[in-house]
Amino acid sequence: MRLPAPLARIWAIFMKELTQVRRDRITFGMMFGIPIMQLLLFGFAINTNPKNLPTAVHVEDNSPIVRTILQGFETSEYYDFVLKTSDPRESAALLMRGDVAFVISIPAGFTKRLVRGEHPQILIEADASDPAASSNAIAHANMIVSRALRHELKGALGYLSADAPPYEIVVHPAYNPEGITQYNIVPGLLGVILTLTLVMITGMAMTREAEQGTLENLLAMPVCPLEVMFGKILPYVGIGAVQTIVILAAAKYMFHIPFVGELWVLIVGVTIFVLANLSLGFTFSTIAKTQMQAMQLTFFFFLPSLLLSGFMFPFKGMPHWAQIIGECLPLTHFLRIVRGVMLKGAGFMDLAAPLRALSLFTLLAVVVAMLRYKRTLD
Amino acid sequence: MSDFAIDVRNLVKRFGKKTAVDGVSIQMPRGAVWGFLGPNGSGKTTTIRMICGLLKANEGEGTCLGFDIAKEADKIKANTGYMTQKFSFWGDLTIRENLEFVGRLYRMPNLKQVVNETLDTLGLTDRQHQLAQALSGGWKQRLALAAVTMHDPKLLLLDEPTAGVDPQARREFWDQIHRLSSAGMTVLVSTHYMDEAERCDHIVYLANGKILTQGLVKDIIDDSGLITFRAEGEGIRRLLNMLSDMPGVEHASYFGSALHVSGTDRALIEAAIQTVKSENAVWEEVRPTLEDAFIALMARAGSDRRIHA
Ligand SMILES: Nc1ncnc2c1ncn2[C@@H]1O[C@H](COP(=O)(O)OP(=O)(O)OP(=O)(O)O)[C@@H](O)[C@H]1O
Ligand SMILES: [Mg+2]
Repeated sequence: MRLPAPLARIWAIFMKELTQVRRDRITFGMMFGIPIMQLLLFGFAINTNPKNLPTAVHVEDNSPIVRTILQGFETSEYYDFVLKTSDPRESAALLMRGDVAFVISIPAGFTKRLVRGEHPQILIEADASDPAASSNAIAHANMIVSRALRHELKGALGYLSADAPPYEIVVHPAYNPEGITQYNIVPGLLGVILTLTLVMITGMAMTREAEQGTLENLLAMPVCPLEVMFGKILPYVGIGAVQTIVILAAAKYMFHIPFVGELWVLIVGVTIFVLANLSLGFTFSTIAKTQMQAMQLTFFFFLPSLLLSGFMFPFKGMPHWAQIIGECLPLTHFLRIVRGVMLKGAGFMDLAAPLRALSLFTLLAVVVAMLRYKRTLD
Repeated sequence: MSDFAIDVRNLVKRFGKKTAVDGVSIQMPRGAVWGFLGPNGSGKTTTIRMICGLLKANEGEGTCLGFDIAKEADKIKANTGYMTQKFSFWGDLTIRENLEFVGRLYRMPNLKQVVNETLDTLGLTDRQHQLAQALSGGWKQRLALAAVTMHDPKLLLLDEPTAGVDPQARREFWDQIHRLSSAGMTVLVSTHYMDEAERCDHIVYLANGKILTQGLVKDIIDDSGLITFRAEGEGIRRLLNMLSDMPGVEHASYFGSALHVSGTDRALIEAAIQTVKSENAVWEEVRPTLEDAFIALMARAGSDRRIHA
């Protein structure tokens, strides 16, 4: 039986489209790759009630009661004691670098004063630059301590378990005392916007030459790969600079985000980050055959950057494997730099680790791009 | 330094299982104008790309302008102008911007002046600010030729430069090529036009990735050993099918309004013609054309037996 004419033509176009889609391996892969990745990331990696946040303890009183309190913090699963400090300045540095999310301090004579009914203090210093990460743990602190002490405050000490707790928990939410979400989001947006635009633009700039046949001409002229790469990337460094200025201005005048640190440190960070993204985009363009594919590769990279870098969800609240992936993404390190400088006043030396990671990433991307860039048409 | 502008031996290029170029050797003296001919897919473009370092040969070696094609591609590129078969300048740049870009890559002094002169010679001064993509096919070819000759290369590789160019412009194209040649440039042109082939000093004919024959036009015709008869008149339209299957007829085909019948055995051809002779067709023996020679050569070489990937 013959199909009616319009149906036959629809069928013809349908078949042609199907054949073309199937032949474009990258597009085909992305159609399955992106949803699967989304499922995995949203399903497993993301945790809006982050637990096991790294915590430092600074204890100057070593009694059974104090040990019970600390144990209570640990078993609550909100706090994960990663180290002990004895120097208050060190705990400040730990918070600033983001090595820990909390520092719990119990002063000398805590037990003695507790027994005397003098309501001694437990100090929790929290990195509140990301309110979402710290708020749940803080909210649970009182309950954790009172539950831990329930057994201790029986018998001889029964008089202490009256109505009000016999201690006081003092919380210092550092860097963002009012818990304003924008403080965390807006500086992060700088990184997100730079990632998306720069990777995509460079990825497409090079594939366009291949797609339009101008690459053959370019290759036939005396210009070497490194020169092509620098020449292609340079204009977008300028675009990255303009974007940075616009976002920083908006952060200051529109959102009133504080800028505690030094500008030059941020500029160093932004520069390395921009180069990292541009060289990554260039690498993508050596893999993709068409502009469409370059765009898809960009999204394949952008999605985990958005979800696993600590931009949308607390980094320390993610499962271990997700943190490992996150550590490989330039955005993760850039967020540490930009939030560190703007909110925490971190200096160059405090940010040595993320700066080093970013530089390493950039170097790798440049090397891969150079190795993959073809001098010939093969 | 070698006397040859191009001196390559046994070049082989494979794409997957398919051998696109299969042992091509070319020794081309400096200052010559050579024609590169052969049917579609015979490997002309691939050979040219290997010569200027755009493709790596799987086998074979050689020099171009005295530089090793495998190792010194950069030096070859600096002294060569390569016009690609498909227009490959930047459509979203203007004509002037394209020329300036090329000029800068070759680090030409007096860029502005050279570009002005080039535009003037091309006759594109009025349209210099139009986007290159807005040019018609033939004009794109002219722009490309101007762009690849601007830096005064020692060697010009032109891959079907006159495809889609009108007869008048084609003539000018060739005048230009001969002008450049007399100024000392070496020119290798691939083409499908016989009249263009006849304007070359020397022809290389490629088929199925191999050189089938090469030499002067006259020698190629003589070497083919063909005898050709030509018929004109009203009755010839019906004769083609009848003649082409007859013994001794290597090929029969129309040339304009005339019919050419060729073969190597005079007795057999004459016998064949005798069977179809009638009043309304006039037969005469003519000198075979280059096209007759090529068609015969192709038929003898057999069909393309390379694996098609
Ligand atoms: N990049 C490639 N990948 C695979 N096969 C290729 C590639 N380039 C060329 N070929 C094959 O190599 C053979 C020679 O191609 P080439 O373009 O050199 O022919 P040509 O003589 O220039 O033809 P034309 O007259 O049509 O331009 C063809 O069969 C072609 O299919
Ligand atoms: Mg070709």
